[in-house]
Amino acid sequence: MAKDFSYEAVMSRRPEIMKASVGIDYSQFEQDGIGFDYERMMKETGYTLAEMQEIQGKTGVGNTPLFEMHNMTALARKYAPKGKGARIFIKDEAGNPSGSFKARRAANAVYHAKKLGYKGVIAATSGNYGAAVASQAAMHGLKCIIVQECYDSHYVGQPEIIEKARKCEAYGAEVVQTSVGPELFYIFLKLLEETGYFNASLYTPFGIAGVETLGYEIAMQFREREGKDPDVVVCTNAGGGNLTGTARGLIKAGAVETQVVAASVDLTGLHMASDTDFNRKSFTTGHTGFGMPFATNPDRSDVPRSAARSLRYMDRYVLVNQGEVFYMTEALAQLEGLERGPAGNTALAAAFALAQEMDENQIILVQETEYTGAGKHIQAQLTFALENGIEIFFGNPDDEVKGKNIILPENPSMMKARDVDMNKLKASYIKNIAAKAEDKVLLEDDITFLVQETKSTDDFVRDEVKKLGYQVRQN
Amino acid sequence: MIFVIQKGTWVKIEQQVLDSTQRAPQLPDDTKKVPFMMWTKGFLVEDSEMNGDATVETLTGRHVSGSLKEVEPSYDHNYGTYIPELIRIGKDLRKERWGGDING
Ligand SMILES: Cc1ncc(COP(=O)(O)O)c(C=O)c1O
Repeated sequence: MAKDFSYEAVMSRRPEIMKASVGIDYSQFEQDGIGFDYERMMKETGYTLAEMQEIQGKTGVGNTPLFEMHNMTALARKYAPKGKGARIFIKDEAGNPSGSFKARRAANAVYHAKKLGYKGVIAATSGNYGAAVASQAAMHGLKCIIVQECYDSHYVGQPEIIEKARKCEAYGAEVVQTSVGPELFYIFLKLLEETGYFNASLYTPFGIAGVETLGYEIAMQFREREGKDPDVVVCTNAGGGNLTGTARGLIKAGAVETQVVAASVDLTGLHMASDTDFNRKSFTTGHTGFGMPFATNPDRSDVPRSAARSLRYMDRYVLVNQGEVFYMTEALAQLEGLERGPAGNTALAAAFALAQEMDENQIILVQETEYTGAGKHIQAQLTFALENGIEIFFGNPDDEVKGKNIILPENPSMMKARDVDMNKLKASYIKNIAAKAEDKVLLEDDITFLVQETKSTDDFVRDEVKKLGYQVRQN
Repeated sequence: MIFVIQKGTWVKIEQQVLDSTQRAPQLPDDTKKVPFMMWTKGFLVEDSEMNGDATVETLTGRHVSGSLKEVEPSYDHNYGTYIPELIRIGKDLRKERWGGDING
């Protein structure tokens, strides 16, 4: 009998398909209760730092340059109180083969697929990761399929995503495109089953471990150049892998004093699965539509347990508005002579504001840039916004209404990094994860797990679960 | 007039994966109202009519069927149109940083 490839049939086979396509039996890391052994999963399924450096080095990934943003720093100091205005640096990850830090994730995933004998790799992504996987697959001689959500119901595509399709095809990948909706996951599973290819998920231990080299490099480069670790590292945050991997790498280098800050573009109010909102967004990654749900419920990805767990490492989470990121993208070109893609500059917009809170002798690092090109460019994206009825004007970025306007700061002094309440974020994580417990009973081990997952304290977690009406029992 | 596209031509096909009644329950209404679509590129397996049923062989060797949407699809995304605000940002920033009219 022919296999049933209907929506229901394929979705119901999800666990088997997943298991066969990533080669990891996640159940071995599960604990009694709601938790799992994250560190053991990372250790037993990932690679050591040295192995990763070698794997990445062989495909030209990593060792990207570090630039000091002298003019940005001087400008930030103009608006800062006396003695304030940290030195701003940027790690030029656009220098990776596929044009973003995602090459680090893909290098490990594709290497692993090849080692396990898979003939091809599949990734579901409309972003830089697709290009990264396609580029790596080209180097390793593996076939590659990228599935991307690209068009709305009028067949109007996001220019940035269309550019990504082009780039994937340039590396010889097959690109399958869909309209708006989470049912893309069905197509993805069906393709995995049909081809038997490897699931080059963004969220496997090897993918996330691939970013650890970035954090490690940062510490090494700063020690060599400045004789110290950066005080603050700002990471553009979506699914949380960028921040998680970078923070783990910093820790592996011993840079435990460095503060790790997440930055996202605030798209609050736009629905991620909405056909009409789809083309009203001027950012397709690095925004709150991914950042918030993934931080507060990481196991929502295409693997049973995500290795990207940003709340474990996040010291602070700040939001910037679309107009501010576009403004800083232009500033990066006009003041520093670096033309880079807008999404990657989310952290830069935040850093410009954060630097003004810090002392002059301190260092703040924007840990990545991404490539720019047709479609994926400030001018293309602003044009697309205008075509979709979004107004663009100068004013106070605080007044921006997502999906309605983009407000460019009247003056650079208006740039802001708006703090997300970390305790609320952690409480929200605890609420989501505790809900998996049966009969409102949590184990002592669950409490330990929740403390680690939220980088908080025993008291904080106990207090939260008590408020939610959970009982705590010995294991 | 019917256009027949020759076997072996590089094309894009369109397929309705789910109709609006089959869509995921948690979706917002605007998305639920429209079908879930998929587009695939490949070489036509047989001579096919524009907008008619067609099967392609993709780059990974898969055979996929749908309706023939585009022939020899290419890219025309670009750098957009003139955005006056960008010129103003550049001028403002240079003035803020370097002062005066040196680079203004
Ligand atoms: C350039 C760039 N920066 C940051 C991110 C965010 O990374 P993550 O999803 O791991 O948080 C992405 C991912 O989409 C990206 O492409």
